[in-house]
Amino acid sequence: MVAAINQALKQEMSKDKSVVLLGEDVGVDGGVFRVTDGLIKEFGAERVIDTPLAEAGIVGASIGMAVNGLKPVPEIQFDGFTYQAFHHIKQHMARFSQRSSGTFHLPMVLRAPCGGGVRALEHHSESPEAFFVHSQGIKVVMPSGPYDAKGLLLSAIRDPDPVIFLEPKKCYRSFKEEVPEEEYTIPLGEANIKREGKDVTIVTWGAMTRVCLEAAEKLKEENVDVEIIDLRTIWPLDTEKVIESVKKTGRAVIVHEATRAGGMGGEIAARIQEKCLYNIEAPILRVTGFDVPYPQFALEDYFMPDVFRVVKYVRRVMSN
Amino acid sequence: MNEEGEVDDSLHPGLSEDKIKELYHLMMLAREFDEKLFKMQRSGKIGTYASLKGQEACEIGSGYALEEHDWVVPSFREMGVFITRGADRVKLVQGWMGDTRAFQGDENTRDLPIAIPIASQALHAAGIAWASKIKGEKSCAITYFGDGATSEGDFHEALNFAGVFKLPIVFFCQNNQWAISTPRKVQTASETIAQKAISYGIKGVQIDGNDVLAVYKATKEALERARNGEGPTLIEAITFRLGDHTTSDDASKYRSEEEVSPWVQKDPIQRVVKHFQKIGTWSDEYGAKVKGEVEKEVEEAVEKAMQIPPPGPEDVFKYIFKTLPKDLEEEQKELLEEVNEKKSLQDKGDAV
Repeated sequence: MVAAINQALKQEMSKDKSVVLLGEDVGVDGGVFRVTDGLIKEFGAERVIDTPLAEAGIVGASIGMAVNGLKPVPEIQFDGFTYQAFHHIKQHMARFSQRSSGTFHLPMVLRAPCGGGVRALEHHSESPEAFFVHSQGIKVVMPSGPYDAKGLLLSAIRDPDPVIFLEPKKCYRSFKEEVPEEEYTIPLGEANIKREGKDVTIVTWGAMTRVCLEAAEKLKEENVDVEIIDLRTIWPLDTEKVIESVKKTGRAVIVHEATRAGGMGGEIAARIQEKCLYNIEAPILRVTGFDVPYPQFALEDYFMPDVFRVVKYVRRVMSN
Repeated sequence: MNEEGEVDDSLHPGLSEDKIKELYHLMMLAREFDEKLFKMQRSGKIGTYASLKGQEACEIGSGYALEEHDWVVPSFREMGVFITRGADRVKLVQGWMGDTRAFQGDENTRDLPIAIPIASQALHAAGIAWASKIKGEKSCAITYFGDGATSEGDFHEALNFAGVFKLPIVFFCQNNQWAISTPRKVQTASETIAQKAISYGIKGVQIDGNDVLAVYKATKEALERARNGEGPTLIEAITFRLGDHTTSDDASKYRSEEEVSPWVQKDPIQRVVKHFQKIGTWSDEYGAKVKGEVEKEVEEAVEKAMQIPPPGPEDVFKYIFKTLPKDLEEEQKELLEEVNEKKSLQDKGDAV
């Protein structure tokens, strides 16, 4: 996925001179995950900018750049440090268009690695997507693999509105996918049916998508036919596709790495029961991180939803 | 120009007396708007209002030094800058009525909407200046904030970024001595705010913020440096907030009459009057004429603003995204139906 994102950035920067990258160590070092590797050589230090170590500064300055005609793609080095910039995200990135009655749209994409499972230090394994959804005025995107990452990122950079693009670090290098060399886009706001099935719908996104796919294979042995929806874009939510699927299967499990209370799972469950209560045959269940701060890595395997837990919950909805 | 209105010719910015009269007119206009808006808040016609009274020299002097293509990134007390920039007078009133259409402009708009979160706008200004530099344009950015803002992290990050990348930006601090109830000495142990520039490797100047000529000159020079690629400047303009923080505040709770009254004597507008008197260009008729003109201009603006129909329910959703997502469309539909339903109940005389 690292290579796919790198290629998307490279292609869009070649095509559109207004795209600039900025962040900590994104230039000479090519980013701590090497996502921006080599781009400074190609586009120079004025468009691939190593900034001082200041997250609010990176996002705040990007907002100004977007106001003044550029398409900045700031990187925050880790999910847990987006909080240092949270006031710019919530107070300004989300509101500039509203505040100026549409005069200043912000065509910017804030990229950040997200999620756990890679034995990282504290604050390096967070899933903050619900915070950003609750900010409103921002599109929130999370790819589940290399192919989606490239297509979604190209759409995000071309989108006239501000986007937060969360990259599951678990997907950075753990598996390969065929990614076309040429440009292609995947529309924002549209979920992807990753696996068709008729018995139960799993709604998920990011790194959990692969966990669910694996769980589905296991459940197949038990004659449970799982449909998996990868949201791709967490906001705006593709409610329609979720409802369509649940109407078909009659059962739903939502799987996300973020903690449960206040998480997107609750929102999706609410929408399902609002729109198709009489089609559902079992309670809607959520498989999520526990309601504790993300534990340090000696404990993270207990926290992270895994195939075992997903299978357990699907069995539970199937028994109703 | 000292407190007696005497100009030191060696420091004169070279503005003609006609231009100084223009500055006086703008300051009077800002004062008139300020007093009118204060009264309108008290009578419930506008929302919370942040007075600029006493700070007219800062705002008109700096605004006057800007080029049309420069960017203004304000906090929330800079109506005087907007007035100087030739902003639509009606929109100045409308903006305090909770109506964001007041901040709507075309693609040439260089004046940003007011920013409430303290100091955050300084970083946006840095980004704007940065974009100008990357694009090879000659536009500079000026950003405004108060003494309280210099305690915020964003202020430091903005100065740091601007210094490192030599951005074409002017940081204009209106040191009005008070951040609501917190005095300047509680904000920082530094002797001055201007000296903070040193630690970011940029130029810092301290000026008399009640001297409109000094403000003009310092801003003009800072902009010239920025335009010539010589980097940012932090200007500390010493002034005084004669009014409350906003209309929600009562400054008499935390500062005494003895502290305020010397500053009343230092009123930046009266200083210019003294200057005209010194050089013999003042007459009571001239004073009355200007007063009459600004009163009329403000009255007309207020009248027009009061006639603008308030924004409608469809505006709630209109400007969030370029294209409204499906689910938001549904929410919008629900709101519009609700509004119609309430209206038809009211038309029938039923309770909503």
